[in-house]
Formats: sequence, structure tokens, C-alpha cells
Amino acid sequence: MSIFDYFRNSKKATASIAKERLQIIVAHERNQRSQPDYLPKLQQELLDVIRKYVDVDQDQVEVQLDNNGNCSVLELNIVLPDR
Amino acid sequence: MGKTTTSAAISSGIAMRGHKTAVIDFDIGLRNLDIIMNCERRVVYDFVNVINGEAKLRQALIKDKRAENLYILPASQTRDKDALTIDGVERVLKELADDGFEYIICDSPAGIEHGAFMAMYFADMAIVVANPEVSSVRDSDRILGILQSKSRRAEQGERVEECLLLTRYNPERVEKGEMLGVKDVEEILATKLLGVIPESETVLKASNQGIPVIHDTESPAGQAYSDAVARILGEEVEHRFMSVEQKGLFQRLFRRSA
Repeated sequence: MSIFDYFRNSKKATASIAKERLQIIVAHERNQRSQPDYLPKLQQELLDVIRKYVDVDQDQVEVQLDNNGNCSVLELNIVLPDR
Repeated sequence: MGKTTTSAAISSGIAMRGHKTAVIDFDIGLRNLDIIMNCERRVVYDFVNVINGEAKLRQALIKDKRAENLYILPASQTRDKDALTIDGVERVLKELADDGFEYIICDSPAGIEHGAFMAMYFADMAIVVANPEVSSVRDSDRILGILQSKSRRAEQGERVEECLLLTRYNPERVEKGEMLGVKDVEEILATKLLGVIPESETVLKASNQGIPVIHDTESPAGQAYSDAVARILGEEVEHRFMSVEQKGLFQRLFRRSA
């Protein structure tokens, strides 16, 4: 492989990196868009309640709403700190 | 991204094909459609004047000097962005339709604020203009989401007909893997492709002179806009300017050694 090929390969990567990054962020944002409006507030209030008892960070709480056919599942995932 | 350039080109193209067309600048405070279409010195009244009843629609519409059936409604330079109201915009659009206008092009400002919302709210069809660049593609997806939830059609349970126009496209850079390809963008946004406008010097030259680039029938950008107009009017036109032109041997040799 010559040095030119090396440059060519590294260039080839940037467009596909862009595509990959976009697919991830767009999927994530679409997911958020379809969520009900109250979800962020619900998440905040749940966090406040949990914080009364345990010291957790904002990013340690994950609230997700999944739709399975005609029922919705509210999933709450909290990582408690190590003792 | 080329929204105003595109509005100017597409409205000119539709008018040149014999349809009575109006193009409205929704960028309140940052009026620019007038300078792109070379009528900046003919602006007397504007969109907000009409909405506020300070001028009649006829007084504010500027007749284009190039395309027979084309009229421009400039934005105002007021800083009050809330000057556009849903009722006011609806009234103006209705008056235009009653006056025999077949196509009304709404040139949206950038962003997702009030002006952009007003421009897209009453749309039957939306042309999302994007560059093959991450920020632009991501923003386009957000705009598509808003079209699908906040437009009048969406509120009535219908759908705005959305399509994608990719501008500043450089097939050579796509081939080298330096730029997102049209297939990639289509795949990410899952939206029908209206056209690809190749990156071209003629676009800047056209705006320098205030001549919408579609009038330059020699240039690839002008031709690409003409194709897009034909597709809007329901014709089947094959996509062009998406791949690298095959260069002659001498050109190739010259390029290699240069």
C-alpha cells in the first residue's frame, strides 16, 4: 500500500463516519420526538423523589417509554452509587 | 443552505412554465429574497404592511422583470418577529389564491422559530433544502418532524408532501468519500428526493447579479433547478449531476499532473 492509498482510505472514512453519527443521533431524536410531553418533567420529579433518599446524579436515571402493541411500558432505570 | 436561492430559482422556473406564481419572503427582519431577485430598490410595501392592513396586497406585490407570471412579496425589515400572525398569513395566502395564483412559494427563514413555523404551517408541499453536511442533515430531520406534527395538515390528520433538495453537492468529493452521498442522506432522512443541485460557481455569480440561477440554462445548477421544477409540476425527469462526469484522457492527464 502506497502512501497515497493511505490518504485515500482515511478520506473514505469521513463520509461514512458522518453517516454513522447521523443515523445514531437522528434515531435518538426521533425517539424523543415521539415521547409524550410530560416525560421530561416526570423524569425530573422522579429524580427529585429519589434524591430525597439516595444521592444520585441526573444521568444515573433513565426513563423510557416503550410501546408494545396496545400497551405502553414505562421503564425506570436507576443506578445507585456504590456504598 | 440555499433556501432563498432555491425559492428564487423554483418560483422563477414555475412561472416561466406559465403558472401564475407568488414568492413570499418569511424572513422578517432579514429580508433577502428581494436582493437575490434584483428588486431590492422596488420595495415600497411589504408582507407585514399587508398583514397590518397598511397596504393592499396589490401594492406590495412586485412584478418580476424576467419571468412573466412571477410576483414577489418582500419581508419587512422590522425587528418585531411576531408581526406575522397565523390569521394574517392565512388571509394573505387566501387572497393570493383568490387572485388566481396557482403556486405560492414560501421562503422560510433558518431555524425553527416563529418565521419558519409560519412559512410551513399552511404548506401542501414542503421542499427541505439541505447540504450534504452533518449539521444540515440533522436540522432537516428536525424540520421534517415539525412538518409531521405541527403543520395545519398534520393537525387535520393529513400529511404535508415532503421532499428533499440537496444543494452544494460535489460528486467528486462524494466519490472520494469526503462528502455524504445523496443515497446516504436519503436513507437517513427517509424522504423522497426532489433533486440534487451541484456545487457551482454560477450560483454565486447569479446572486451577485440578482438573476435567479435557473435563468442560466447553460449551467448545471440552472439545469438541475429546471429538472426540480419539472418534477414539482408532476413530470418524470431522471436525476442528473449525481456522479462524476467522465473526463477526457487529456483532461485526466492534466489533472493528475497538476
